[in-house]
Amino acid sequence: MIKVPVNKIIPLSIVDGPGNRTSIFLQACNIHCGYCHNPETQNMCINCGICVNECPAKALYVENKEVKWNPSKCVQCDHCIDVCPNHASPKISWMTAEEVFEEVQKNIPFIRGITVSGGECMLRPDFLTELFTLAKKEGLSCLVDSNGTIDFEQYPELMQVCDKVMLDVKSWDLDVYRKLTGFGNEIVKKNLSYLAKQNKIEELRVVCLPEKVDAEAVLDGIADTLQEKTKEMKLKLIAFRNFGVKGSFSTLSSPTLEYMDQLRKKAESLGFEKIVVT
Amino acid sequence: MNQVLETITSKALTYEQKVLSLAHAAEDTQDVLEIPERTKYFMEKGAINNLFEGNAPYRPRYIMPDYEKYVKNGSEFLGVEPPQTFDELLTSLQIIYHHVPSITSFPVYLGNLDKLMDPFITDLSDEEVKKKLKLFLNFLDRTITDSFCHANLGPEDSRAGKLILEVERELQNAVPNFTIKYDPEITPDSYAEAAVYTSLFCANPAICNHKLNSQVYPTDYGISSCYNILPIGGGAFTLTRLTLTELAKLAESKEHFLNDLLPECMEAMGNYMNERVRFLVEESGFFESSFLVKEGLISLDNFVGMYGITGLAECVNTLLKDSGKRYGHDSEADDLAEEIMNRIDQFLGEFKAVHSKISNGRFMSHAQVGLDSDFGITSGVRIPVGEEPNSFYDHLRHSARFHKTIKTGVGDIFSMETTARNNPAAVVDIVKGAFQLGVKYLSFYEKNEDLVRITGYLVKRSEMEKYRNGEAVIQNTTQLGAPNYDNNRLAERKVRTV
Repeated sequence: MIKVPVNKIIPLSIVDGPGNRTSIFLQACNIHCGYCHNPETQNMCINCGICVNECPAKALYVENKEVKWNPSKCVQCDHCIDVCPNHASPKISWMTAEEVFEEVQKNIPFIRGITVSGGECMLRPDFLTELFTLAKKEGLSCLVDSNGTIDFEQYPELMQVCDKVMLDVKSWDLDVYRKLTGFGNEIVKKNLSYLAKQNKIEELRVVCLPEKVDAEAVLDGIADTLQEKTKEMKLKLIAFRNFGVKGSFSTLSSPTLEYMDQLRKKAESLGFEKIVVT
Repeated sequence: MNQVLETITSKALTYEQKVLSLAHAAEDTQDVLEIPERTKYFMEKGAINNLFEGNAPYRPRYIMPDYEKYVKNGSEFLGVEPPQTFDELLTSLQIIYHHVPSITSFPVYLGNLDKLMDPFITDLSDEEVKKKLKLFLNFLDRTITDSFCHANLGPEDSRAGKLILEVERELQNAVPNFTIKYDPEITPDSYAEAAVYTSLFCANPAICNHKLNSQVYPTDYGISSCYNILPIGGGAFTLTRLTLTELAKLAESKEHFLNDLLPECMEAMGNYMNERVRFLVEESGFFESSFLVKEGLISLDNFVGMYGITGLAECVNTLLKDSGKRYGHDSEADDLAEEIMNRIDQFLGEFKAVHSKISNGRFMSHAQVGLDSDFGITSGVRIPVGEEPNSFYDHLRHSARFHKTIKTGVGDIFSMETTARNNPAAVVDIVKGAFQLGVKYLSFYEKNEDLVRITGYLVKRSEMEKYRNGEAVIQNTTQLGAPNYDNNRLAERKVRTV
């Protein structure tokens, strides 16, 4: 079985899909959103060693020119993440689907399913297929939390074992998307249409930040794509918060409540009925 | 100053609290129970505790009237016709509650309120029902001034049940306790989620594992007082407790405890309970005189003796003090705890209880929740506050293991992060898992709310503050809750993040 870099596993999560779930966060992302609130999941460690000297618990060391992490010494202060200039984390475990599932199993029968997030977990479609196949045997529902930049239609085996996708629609205009993420959004739109047709969308999410995100256009675009399915689609409008954000976005303020309310009203006028503003 | 005069002149007690206290003092002037010297020794050492039941029992500790029968037939004694309207129902319930005795002198069980009410609200709008419900529930809260009082909901969902939950969220009352009987195969998720959501605002209702608890008796059961599982149409004669914490202090070794002290003390307590039940049934005249018996709302055949145990955690920690192994953390400690529980279960399976038809002549085990005077004695089989496992799941697995042999009530209480309100379905998932593993009873409250569950009953933090400042407070249980909250460091209960 292939091994993937796991950033962390949260045994009890109520914010990653319906009911109580175990969430698995994979390391590495293919895009770089300005507002990313967990930027330490973006890149793989380049073994620069800066964090090793900074670690107050001496839980990091270098072996064969690689940065290694000793979980038993780690006090989870996250100082290594703060000092990393590379948007990475030294606290990564390389695990197979079976190993990840062993961790998941410890949480049965308290969970109804699992959600794999990132980073961008669709960079590891074979791992997802393996993990979900194991989880399905135990009756767990399997969700993918994705930025939608990788074409789901190319992975029919995964789609058979993936119940639903929590999809980010970060912006609608290509230039806005590029400025925000450094990447194009043609595939995101294709995924939105494809997954909606397959009834595989758990929720759509838009992080709202005026001038950086064209949220109004996103709402128009989604409604136009979904048509009559708009009203049954769960839409989460998330106000940007600078907590955990690195780089130029870290000094930006959250949008006003009035702005979020305007967006809610717009979504309602477009036919959305399941809107959550957070 | 003697105790009677002290009660009479107290400025911290209400009139009603004084009357009850004086009645208790009068009862205790009697010496009608035969108690062997060795039993008295265990009582002096705190290993056996009669929970202030008094020296001459003249009413069962907990009474569970068959309210459905009462609503169907009315009561000749009370001069109440069977109710035809919702107003008549509520008034007829208010009337009978006033006449149901108990150890607290207040009714400890108010019935399956949703089932009793549902047939009477079909012609009323939600708003009309809620208005009447508020009056009714406030009447109960202000007149039943002791929160060892319980109403039940479920397991089926009903319009009445949903409206009760809505009203409860608004009222924030400490009385009555509510428990929902929950069986995922009977109770719809939406009803369970509404119940959990409500509990994250007002600590009510608690959640009872209906599948497991409905098997305890051949008849229907109800939840009374803190979380006692008792037969409807009967109740509990008495509840005496074996304080394992104190018994362990008398032990020379683990073996001495298991092989000598525990069997001897269990036998002594069994005999003591039989003596209490004997006096109550054969001499007090209760079962010959009460209208509840005459009108068939309760029957002697449906009463049990509750054999309480408490302080398992400190008992085990004391017995293993040389190795430093801790209950809830080390397998050696938990294995010893299980051994103790199995010994108790085995004893209760053999010891002959008098007048206990519904339980086949046996006493029923109960995880007693504690007394205000307890210090360093953790409720029942719970893990001490401050030592809870980091993992919520591990904590629940531990609970399931130690709920197993307890028959008439055992439960755990969890303080929850506010965010749980955003996803009650997730909390219900956790409940489902816990119940599947054998947890029998659970309750939640949100960490900042005014209403807080002490050991099984509810008290308002704001009322405890008044009491600490020497003011008279309406609920008796505030006086019990405040010292318990402080002594057992309940403010430090581990908050469960979900």
